Amino acid sequence: MCSTAKNKGNCVEYTDSGLPKIAIGFEVNGDRFEKHVDPTMTLLQLLHNELKLFGTKEGCGEGECGACSVILNGKAVNSCLVLAAEADDATILTVEGLGQGNELSILQQEFIKYDALQCGFCTPGMLMSARSLLDRQPNPSDEEIKEAIAGNFCRCTGYVPIIEAIRSAATREREALI
Amino acid sequence: MSEKILEHIGKGYDRKEAQEKVTGQAVYVHDMEVPGMLYAKVLLSPFAHAEIVSIDYSEAEKLKGVKAVVTGKEACQRVGLYMVDKNIMAGKKVRYQGEIVSAVVAESEAVAEEAVTLIKVEYKELPIVHNLDEALEAKVLVHENLHTYEHMKGVFFPKKDSNIASWNRTKKGDIKKGFEEADFIFEDEFSVPAVAHVPMETHVTIAQADPYSDKIKIWSSAQSPFAVRQLLAKSMGIAKGNVNVIVPYVGGGFGGKAGVHLEPLVSVLSKAVHGLPVKLKMTREEEFNILPTRAGMRARFKTGMTKEGKITAMEVYHDWDSGAYADYGVNVGKTAVYSGAGPYAVPNIELHSRTIYTNKVFSTAYRGFGHLETHWAVERHMDIMAQKLNIDPYELRMKNLLRPGDTTISGELIYPTTGDPVACLNAVKNELKWTGRKSQEDRKREMETGKVRGQGFAMLQKAPAMPSYTSTSAIMQMDEDGHVKVMLGAVDFGQGANTIMAQVAAEELRVPMKDVEVVWNVETDKHPYDWNTVASKYTFMGGNAVRKAARNMVQQMKEVAGQVLRCHTDELTHGDGYIYHVHQTHRRISYVKLSMGYAYENGNGIGGPLISHGVYMASGLSNPDPETGQGRPGLVWTFGAHGVDLEVDVETGEVNILKIVSAFDIGKVINKKLVDGQVYGGIVQGVGSALIEGYKFDGEAKLLNPYFGDNRIPSSKDIPDEVKAIYIEEPKTAQVDGPYGARGIGEHPMISVPSAIGNALYEALEINFHRLPLTPENVALAIDKHYNNDESK
Ligand code: FES
Ligand code: FES
Repeated sequence: MCSTAKNKGNCVEYTDSGLPKIAIGFEVNGDRFEKHVDPTMTLLQLLHNELKLFGTKEGCGEGECGACSVILNGKAVNSCLVLAAEADDATILTVEGLGQGNELSILQQEFIKYDALQCGFCTPGMLMSARSLLDRQPNPSDEEIKEAIAGNFCRCTGYVPIIEAIRSAATREREALI
Repeated sequence: MSEKILEHIGKGYDRKEAQEKVTGQAVYVHDMEVPGMLYAKVLLSPFAHAEIVSIDYSEAEKLKGVKAVVTGKEACQRVGLYMVDKNIMAGKKVRYQGEIVSAVVAESEAVAEEAVTLIKVEYKELPIVHNLDEALEAKVLVHENLHTYEHMKGVFFPKKDSNIASWNRTKKGDIKKGFEEADFIFEDEFSVPAVAHVPMETHVTIAQADPYSDKIKIWSSAQSPFAVRQLLAKSMGIAKGNVNVIVPYVGGGFGGKAGVHLEPLVSVLSKAVHGLPVKLKMTREEEFNILPTRAGMRARFKTGMTKEGKITAMEVYHDWDSGAYADYGVNVGKTAVYSGAGPYAVPNIELHSRTIYTNKVFSTAYRGFGHLETHWAVERHMDIMAQKLNIDPYELRMKNLLRPGDTTISGELIYPTTGDPVACLNAVKNELKWTGRKSQEDRKREMETGKVRGQGFAMLQKAPAMPSYTSTSAIMQMDEDGHVKVMLGAVDFGQGANTIMAQVAAEELRVPMKDVEVVWNVETDKHPYDWNTVASKYTFMGGNAVRKAARNMVQQMKEVAGQVLRCHTDELTHGDGYIYHVHQTHRRISYVKLSMGYAYENGNGIGGPLISHGVYMASGLSNPDPETGQGRPGLVWTFGAHGVDLEVDVETGEVNILKIVSAFDIGKVINKKLVDGQVYGGIVQGVGSALIEGYKFDGEAKLLNPYFGDNRIPSSKDIPDEVKAIYIEEPKTAQVDGPYGARGIGEHPMISVPSAIGNALYEALEINFHRLPLTPENVALAIDKHYNNDESK
C-alpha cells in the first residue's frame, strides 16, 4: 500500500518515502524484533518513533551532536546517520539496556554521583559513548575519555563532571572484575 | 536560642531526578505523542527584508494528508511583553531571513514538509538594514510604526522614525566636571557577534486548542510556564485560566526558552484543525535560523582617569543589534543602565543603552542577560587603561572596585552584605599566582619557542533583571506517612532548582532528604505561581518561599501539638519527625500523627491535613528613573572574578586554556555539586563565546551558519585543562535576606570568561583584541599583522 506513488498511499508512518519496505530482524537490549521498515528510515527513527525507546534523543539529525548515540554491534554510532535497514541482524544497545536487572550499572551510578548531567538531554548518548569506550579500553586516560565523547555535545555540564564520572566508573568496573 | 547546625544545607546531594535521566526514562516534549496528534512544518522567508505580495498555497492544500495551511492572515495576533513588536507569523512583510511566513499541519512530518515546498510566496524585496550603523542612519526602517507599539511605558523608550526600540540612559554626577578632573581620557570600542543558545533539545511545542471554548492546553519545552500562560492568553485575547501550560523535562534553556516562542503559533494551528493536538518541533537548522539569539553588541567607552588610576568619569554607548524584533532585547539592553560599567565606583557617568532593530534573526534573553557583552567591553577597557597608565591591572581594579558605602551607577547603595568583589579578585589573583606583567624579554624568548603563556583576569557582577514586583510561591503538603510534597512554579531544566528546594524544605522541617519530594512536571493549572525561571533568582526567591512554607507547616503542627501536650507553642521545638517540648523531651507527638490532623484516643479529632504555602515578593525595588536611570533594580547582586592562564600557538593562533580560576561571593553554597555544575557549565559556555561561537551573515543578511558544522559549541576537547572554583562564604558579606545567606550563581560563571581570556591574550602577545570570537584564524591574523608590522619597523 505504501509502495504506490510518493505520499499517495494511505500510509502516513514516519518517513513515508513510498518505496517498498524492507524486512529486518534485530536485537535491542536483549529483545528480538522483526520489522518492515521504510528504506529511508533512520535507526534513530526506528528506535525512538517505532519502538518508543525515548532514551535515544535527536539533537541535530545530522551526525554532529551525538545525542542519538547507541551501540550497534559493539560500536558507538550516531543512530541518526545509520539507516534502519542497516540494522538487519544487528545487536543494539541503548540507554534503556544499560542497567543490570533493576540495578543501575556502575557507569550510570557514577554519572549520578559526579552530577555528570544537568538537563539530561545529552546524557543517554553520552553514556553510550562512554560505555563503548570502557568496553574497548577499560583503563582510559583522560585524553582517551575526551576523545571518546568529543562527538557528544553537552551544553550544560562543561564536560568536567562527565570526564570524572567516566574515569571513576572505569576504576570501579576494573575493581569489580578482580 | 536553638541555632542548630545545618544538616542539609551545604551537602552535595545527588540531584533528585538523576536516575530518570541516566536510564532514558525522562520524557521531554521532543519525545511526547498525544493521541490524535498532527504535525506541523513551517515555511521560512528567504529574504531579510521584503513585502509579502501574495501567498498561494492551493497546491499544498491538495496534498494528501494535509489538514490545514496557515499564513500571517490567520495568525495575525501580536505577541510580546516588554515591547509588543511581533506577530505570531509574518504579516505584510518579513523582517529577517528565517521568519515564518506560513505553516502546514499534516498527518505526518514528512507530508507537512513536502507541502511546505508547494507553497508559493511572491515577495517584493526591500532595502536591508545590515548592521548598527545602517540602523542608526535610519534611511530604512525595520518597523515603520514602532512608536505606536504597545510597550512598558516609562521603562522602555522607542524612538519614532528610527530603528531604536528603546533608548535607556544613566546619568549620574556631572561628566563634564568628571572629565575635567581627569589626567587622561581613554577611548575604546568593542564588539561581540550574535550567539546561539544551543539547548540540546530544540524548541518544541504541542498545543491543543479546544474548538468549542477558549481552552488551550500546551506542552512545551519552556523555561517559564507562567510566562507562557500570560503571554499566550494575552496574545489570544483569552483569560489566563483558559491556558494550561505543562512543562515536563526540558533539554536546556539558557534563556532561549524564557518567554513565549512557538506556543501561540501552534495554538493557532491547532485551532485550524478543529482542536486536534499539533506538534511543532524545530530542526537544528530551524533552531539557529528562526528562534532568537543573544544580540550582537557594540560598546564604546570614554573614561576619564587620574594618573593614580581613579576613574573620574565615563561616557558609554552600548548598542545592541537586536535583529528584527526586540521584545526581550529591550530588557537585556535595560540591564546596562545599572550594570553596564562593571563593579566599579564611577562618580560621574552618562551611559546610553540602545536596543536597535536590524534585518537579522532577533534576540532574546541569554544566560548572563547582557552582562557577558557589557563585561567583555568594560573588563578589556580596564586592562587597556592599565597598560596605558602603566599600572598593574590588578591594582587598577583594586583602586576602583565597589565597596560598602559606594553607590552603583544607578545610585544603589552598597552594603557590606551586598557582597565583596574585592575578596573575589584577591582569591583569583592568589590562586593564579599573579605577580605582575611579564617582561618584554620573557615574551620575546617565549615567542621564539612558538608558544606563549599569558595570564589575565576580569571582574563580573550581575543581579536578576526582572520587574520590581516579581514574586514566587510554593505549596507544601504532608502525606499520612510524614513524607512531604513540595509544589513549585519554577522549572528545573538542569540547574538543580528542585534538589535545592528539597534541601531547604528538609532543613526547615528537619526531615531526611528522602522524605521530601518536589513534584515534577510543572503545570500552570495545578502548580503555584512563579514569574519566570530565569535570572539566577530562584535559589534566592524560591528558597525564601519554600522556607516560609516549611516554617508555616511546622507552626501548624506546633499549634495542634500544643493543645495535645497542654503547653504553649513557644515551648515546643521540632526534629527527627517529632514536635516535642524543649525541656521535657518525652512530651512529644510525631509528624505522622499530625499529618492529617490529630486523633485522640477517644476518637476526637483536631487540626487537619497539613498544607502550607510560602511566598516571596521582591522587596524594595524600583524602576530606574526614565531620564537618569537612577533607582534600585538589583534584588541580589553576585560578584565574582575569573583568572585565566593560557598558552597561544603563535603559528596557528590556537588558544589552549591551561587553567581557569573563578571566585564568586555566593554567600552560602547550598549544594556544592550542583554549584560546581553551574560553574563548569557556565565557564565552558563562556569559552564557547570567547573562542568559537558566533553568527555569520552574508551581504543579503542571510544567516550563513545555521549548522553545527560551522556554528558549533565547545566539545570535551575545548575545555580548560583545569578549572578551579572558589566560593566565598563569609558570613559578614553573605546575603542576610537570602536563604542561609545564599545568592544566585546560574548565569555568573559565563560572564567575563571572554574578557579574562582577552586580557590573558594581551599578556601573552601584547595584542589587544576588541572583537569576539577569538578563533584561531582571528588570533593568527592579528599576530601576523602585529608582529610582521613590528619586525618591518
Ligand atoms: S542527532 Fe544524531 S548526531 Fe545529533
Ligand atoms: S546535560 Fe544538558 S546537554 Fe548535557
